[in-house]
Amino acid sequence: MTMIDTLRLYLRFIGISVRAQMQYKASFIMAAVGNLLASAIEFLGIWALFERFGSIRGWSLPEVALFYGIANTAFAASEAVARGFDTFSSMVRLGDFDRLLLRPRSTVFQVAAQELQLMRIGRFVQGFVVLVWAMSAVDITWTFPKALLVVGAILGGACVFAGFFILQATLAFWTIETLEIVNTITYGGVQTAQYPLAIYRNWFRKFFTFVVPLALVNYFPALAILGRADVSGTPAFLPWTSPLLGVAFLAITMQIWNFGVRHYTSTGS
Amino acid sequence: MLLQYRAAAVAGFGTQLFWGLIMVMIYEAFYRSTTVRQPMELGQVVTYVWLGQSFLAMLPWNVDSEIRGMVRQGAVAYELLRPVDLFNLWYSRAVATRTAPTLLRSAPMFITAMLFFGMQPPDSIASGFAWAAAMIGALMLGCAISTILNISLLWTISSEGVSRIVPALVLIFSGGIIPLPLFPDWAQQTLRVLPFAGLADFPYRLYVGNIPPDRVLFVLAHQVAWTIAFVALGRAILSRGVRIMVVQGG
Repeated sequence: MTMIDTLRLYLRFIGISVRAQMQYKASFIMAAVGNLLASAIEFLGIWALFERFGSIRGWSLPEVALFYGIANTAFAASEAVARGFDTFSSMVRLGDFDRLLLRPRSTVFQVAAQELQLMRIGRFVQGFVVLVWAMSAVDITWTFPKALLVVGAILGGACVFAGFFILQATLAFWTIETLEIVNTITYGGVQTAQYPLAIYRNWFRKFFTFVVPLALVNYFPALAILGRADVSGTPAFLPWTSPLLGVAFLAITMQIWNFGVRHYTSTGS
Repeated sequence: MLLQYRAAAVAGFGTQLFWGLIMVMIYEAFYRSTTVRQPMELGQVVTYVWLGQSFLAMLPWNVDSEIRGMVRQGAVAYELLRPVDLFNLWYSRAVATRTAPTLLRSAPMFITAMLFFGMQPPDSIASGFAWAAAMIGALMLGCAISTILNISLLWTISSEGVSRIVPALVLIFSGGIIPLPLFPDWAQQTLRVLPFAGLADFPYRLYVGNIPPDRVLFVLAHQVAWTIAFVALGRAILSRGVRIMVVQGG
């Protein structure tokens, strides 16, 4: 099985998923608009607070918008791609996972290829618009490496969020049901990453740096782009490795997934 | 019924606690960055955030999944056969489905937030009573809006549009994203008149003393007026909906 072969099969699966979603076009449009609105009101809130307060501990609205844009595009992308993992517990409960084990492809691939959830485009577009505005409004000179780092931060962030969807799904091998407590970290994480981590309390910063490595792929790259120093003094090369750190985290979660697969006992009769 | 899913309830509680904590830290940071006098004090905003988390389930942001099922599968025909007024029946249903989860969640949230996360008791005894009265008004108003959302199922069947777009409007205009006084001054007049302020913002501001307790009658008048308007609208569209209804299935 070659790489190209896998990719072709993935596109085939995704094509089916997209066509299925397009069967209900009005429903798709409503869902996408709702998805856009849900994140747009969050930004409206942030804008209103800046109208009142001017800045948050020395950070301006365009700077915060850069964090917001990176976090939301990354999260929307991972939600769309990792949808199969988000709904995975029902697959375990119904015993459908057995079928996946019989097919000659990896289980991660098969779950990931189940669905590309198109409605997430709403949040993605909203985050992207904010990001583009932020990039034009911040007071820095753009260089090619910096632009590249924006893309890298989004990809790295998407990998970390996808990793969390995989971890959540992995837990279902033991618990059968979805542990919504993991949502606390994924949704709480995107909420947190909308502002620079420097504004939060110390223990909270540490949590999102060392326990949940979201800061590595979101906060530190954005600091490097803005040319700001971190409050806790991290090495300068660190932000540039962020996409790789995201990929590494995703690879680790896949290993944990494989460990979970070995522990899987079918619920079917 | 709600107690059947204890793990989900605990997880939901954890998520809300976490979200509230993030918001509190954000407000602390904003208030530390300004020396200008703000329309609300930090302590009031913190308490407002926790009140919002405690009573989140009371906001009319979704359709009743059982009514959706009935409309989809045609069982709604049985509802029409019952010897009770359909609007009253669905309104009562809304009161029940809004009250039960709220009672279940608000008590632990109150206790936890007061003990550990800086939530304060009502500004005064009078504020406490004013808040309690306004919460009843908020429930009546919220259930009127909920019932309209449920009636809209008779047209849309899937409720896709309503259930995706209404929550955003309710959240932002009721103070679910940020307290309404923190919006720009030019928006205040509009925000005050819209029905959504009566769902959460007015009661919470009575609690923290941002609206003096003697203004409670104005708040109640606002809530009652909008409730009457929504009930009238709901009855009108329900009677139309019943006439055009096509029962699915057969």
